[in-house]
Amino acid sequence: MKQSGKLPRSSLGSLVLIAAVLGGGAAAFAYSAGWLSPGRLTPGRMIEALAPPGGAPPGYRRNHAKGICFTGVFEANGNGVELSRAKAFAQGRYPALGRFNLGTADPNAVDATVRVRGLGLMISPAEGEEWRTAMINPPVFAVSTPQAFHDLLLAAGSKNPEAMKAFVGANPEFAGFASWAKTAPWTGSYAEEPYNGLNSFIFTNASGTEHAVRWSLLPSAKPIPVSKAELDERGPDFLEQEITERVRTAGPQRWTMLVTVADPSDPTADPSKAWPQGRRTVEVGTLVVQRIEPERDGPCRDINFDPTVLPPGMRVSDDPFPAARSSVYRKSYDLRTAEAKDYPRNKAAKP
Amino acid sequence: MTNAPDRFALLQRLLHWLMAVCIFVMLFIGVGMVSTVAPKYLPLILIHKTLGVALLFLVLMRLALRLYYGAPPLPADLPRATKVGAALSHQALYALMIVMPLLGLGMLWAAAYPVVLYGGIQIPALLPQSDGVHTLLWNAHFYLGFAFFALVLLHLAAGLFHALIRRDGVFEKMALFRLPGRTAP
Ligand code: HEM
Ligand code: HEM
Repeated sequence: MKQSGKLPRSSLGSLVLIAAVLGGGAAAFAYSAGWLSPGRLTPGRMIEALAPPGGAPPGYRRNHAKGICFTGVFEANGNGVELSRAKAFAQGRYPALGRFNLGTADPNAVDATVRVRGLGLMISPAEGEEWRTAMINPPVFAVSTPQAFHDLLLAAGSKNPEAMKAFVGANPEFAGFASWAKTAPWTGSYAEEPYNGLNSFIFTNASGTEHAVRWSLLPSAKPIPVSKAELDERGPDFLEQEITERVRTAGPQRWTMLVTVADPSDPTADPSKAWPQGRRTVEVGTLVVQRIEPERDGPCRDINFDPTVLPPGMRVSDDPFPAARSSVYRKSYDLRTAEAKDYPRNKAAKP
Repeated sequence: MTNAPDRFALLQRLLHWLMAVCIFVMLFIGVGMVSTVAPKYLPLILIHKTLGVALLFLVLMRLALRLYYGAPPLPADLPRATKVGAALSHQALYALMIVMPLLGLGMLWAAAYPVVLYGGIQIPALLPQSDGVHTLLWNAHFYLGFAFFALVLLHLAAGLFHALIRRDGVFEKMALFRLPGRTAP
């Protein structure tokens, strides 16, 4: 076939076809990327909603921005083996790394102003067996769905006094968390708090049996209630100073890890709903916090305590939060690592 | 020229179309997964990682086949600039097919995430955690991802141009079947 410089007329249809294929491909790509769906709840929109009024301070976590690192061990007593074949439950002592933190997007928040306290934890029994989790002290989560969490952030950040009322009207499950926030006693130490995983996961044991579970860390230190007014008198960083001092003088601090097993009828998809009292619980081991290090140069700073980093023997359930959290924490991590020059380490970087 | 093959070896053609579909899927899943917080985020990223690593093995096989079998020549009447453009764009496609999975893996290693693929396959980290390296590789994976998509579209357009307009047998070199009524010139 001989080609001349000009195209025959019949080519016009072909050109249109080619243009349509390219245009269609590009449009489908744009659709996948969410560019054509401004209503889609993206990790970026969640991060925007988390940002404090002045904007997110660069280099820090986009939520739970204030924290302090710890290292220690997880002592598994072997009881967890009946629930999950994860190595972390086989009797033994495994390295643990974590972070005490406050549920705020402001890394300079005054400790006594933040209601929610948290703990990020990574247990590393062996390569391929890493278990990460991030837990908080309320007994239930504030909302039922990631979308509702976004709505809550917008309402709480809104200048409109009606916004919160409208939110509570539309999300009655918020009452459980609100009543905890209003009535639960405050304590003066990270060491006296329980930390609850709240999300439901599926454990699989060596014979393949599955159980839906939630987990908690219960403190050995006796919680001593302290009034909010009294905490307001303490310094802005009293929690970090207290835990550093306590571990230095009183030695390692301990938490018992308790796994609660759901009945088949229990709601696993909704962390705002506590499971009924009396569910079977299994004490699987003890978290021992041996050493506290400031976040700036500490080993927890550049770790993402993504709750979907799970060892074989654990997986996500129908709870929509772990996936949403994984997506948003990844984005937060991408941002803060890209901004590391705004939060430089004191030590010269390791080569 | 008599003994020059008029099309790619069957294995090469099979690999080409298999990888073409997979790369399309990779690009769409890539931009889709990073823009959702829905539960499908987890299966999508698992597929993205697994398929991406599989593609790394496939492209290495493909390069080996390319070196062994070579490629049939382009039509003699194709303008020189077009030939150079074709050669360069094909080299860029090969480079991206190799580099994209490596960037993906490196970015996860530099963030201290364990890399676990479908079926629990674990890939040990070859890089230590590093904010700077993570950001560099992330940016490369991000921008080259879009460049990859643009190049794939261009490649598709060129293929269709040969198939529908020039009808010069270039498309048939990679086609899985001989189209009825068409012969290579
Ligand atoms: C959709 C809901 C949620 C969103 C959007 C969200 C968002 C975030 C973000 C952006 C971070 C910072 C991550 C990083 O940069 O590494 C974070 C940290 C944290 N979150 Fe959430 N979160 C959600 C639900 C929860 C729930 C249900 C819990 C507790 C059960 C929780 C507990 C924590 C804790 C303890 C940290 C600090 C972890 C650390 O020390 O690195 N979050 N969250
Ligand atoms: C042919 C190979 C690959 C292609 C074409 C590809 C393409 C893409 C694209 C288009 C994105 C979305 C970028 C954005 O819009 O933000 C993406 C993100 C991502 N890719 Fe890949 N990818 C490939 C291989 C891999 C591999 C092998 C891995 C890991 C094992 C990987 C891990 C990731 C991760 C983790 C993200 C999300 C990054 C973030 O935003 O944190 N990719 N990829």
